[in-house]
Amino acid sequence: MDRLPILKIGSVLLVSIQIDMQDQMALQLQEDLGQRIVDTGCKGVIIDITGLDIVDSFVGRTLSTIASISRVLDAETIVVGMRPAVAITLVELGLSLEGIRTALNVERGLELLARSTEPDTADDLELFGDPETASS
Amino acid sequence: MTTSEATDRQVQAISSDEDVVRVRQLVRTAAVAAKLSLVDQTKVVTAASELARNTLVYGGGGSAEVCRVLNGSRHGVRIVFTDSGPGIADVELALTDGYTSGTGMGLGLSGARRLVDEFHLDTAVGAGTTVAVVKWAR
Ligand SMILES: Nc1ncnc2c1ncn2[C@@H]1O[C@H](COP(=O)(O)OP(=O)(O)OP(=O)(O)O)[C@@H](O)[C@H]1O
Ligand SMILES: [Mg+2]
Repeated sequence: MDRLPILKIGSVLLVSIQIDMQDQMALQLQEDLGQRIVDTGCKGVIIDITGLDIVDSFVGRTLSTIASISRVLDAETIVVGMRPAVAITLVELGLSLEGIRTALNVERGLELLARSTEPDTADDLELFGDPETASS
Repeated sequence: MTTSEATDRQVQAISSDEDVVRVRQLVRTAAVAAKLSLVDQTKVVTAASELARNTLVYGGGGSAEVCRVLNGSRHGVRIVFTDSGPGIADVELALTDGYTSGTGMGLGLSGARRLVDEFHLDTAVGAGTTVAVVKWAR
């Protein structure tokens, strides 16, 4: 079975889900990401779901589990690129994506990670006072 | 279930993870053909994914019948999931948000019901389960 590629960009791991995953593939991703966090010491993980046209309870649960696993391994996960139709459906399905931080796109996700993993630069960023990214 | 004409009937066996993916794709195609809005397509495909997985995991496998339906001038998609698994002893409990007899979150059945316009569950202990759903174009 195919595995999803995990890219390392600086100190961040990036996974872009572009295909309709079968359940086993989602579980494999969960495992692979845990291993990569340990191997690389990366403090941030970005999962880009721009390419996902649905998130059902299984994928939702997998994303929550990935977030928990990475937290335990001292890394933070941010899910980016959720389509509006997917968000609407998730809410109606009753899925809360517990413990998952989200951002609009990869760029915003990287900004969030930069601020939460490098406290020294956080203050500098605040000085610029970008109202769109200043929320915690 | 509303009386309606059914067309483009397709049957997909459900006996593996890959079949669940195939069901999603068939439902997507039917939903596009029935001119459902993007949000409604997303809702019915998500509901189908939940029900197909239940058919696989709890029903021990089965099938999904996907077709387009027409009621007057209203287009829609109908999917009927059938398995001959253990059945559901307490339907009300199974339809409760958060109830699972397995390792899930117990959202599939109740969530799927919220995502579609018509939902019919037929089950008998020892005889299997049939879930029929319809999503209409607005
Ligand atoms: N086809 C079926 N045959 C037998 N039992 C079923 C079937 N579908 C659902 N059930 C029962 O109903 C319960 C609730 O189903 P539901 O899909 O809501 O939750 P789940 O599958 O356990 O978790 P989730 O879907 O959130 O991952 C299941 O745990 C199972 O006991
Ligand atoms: Mg389920």
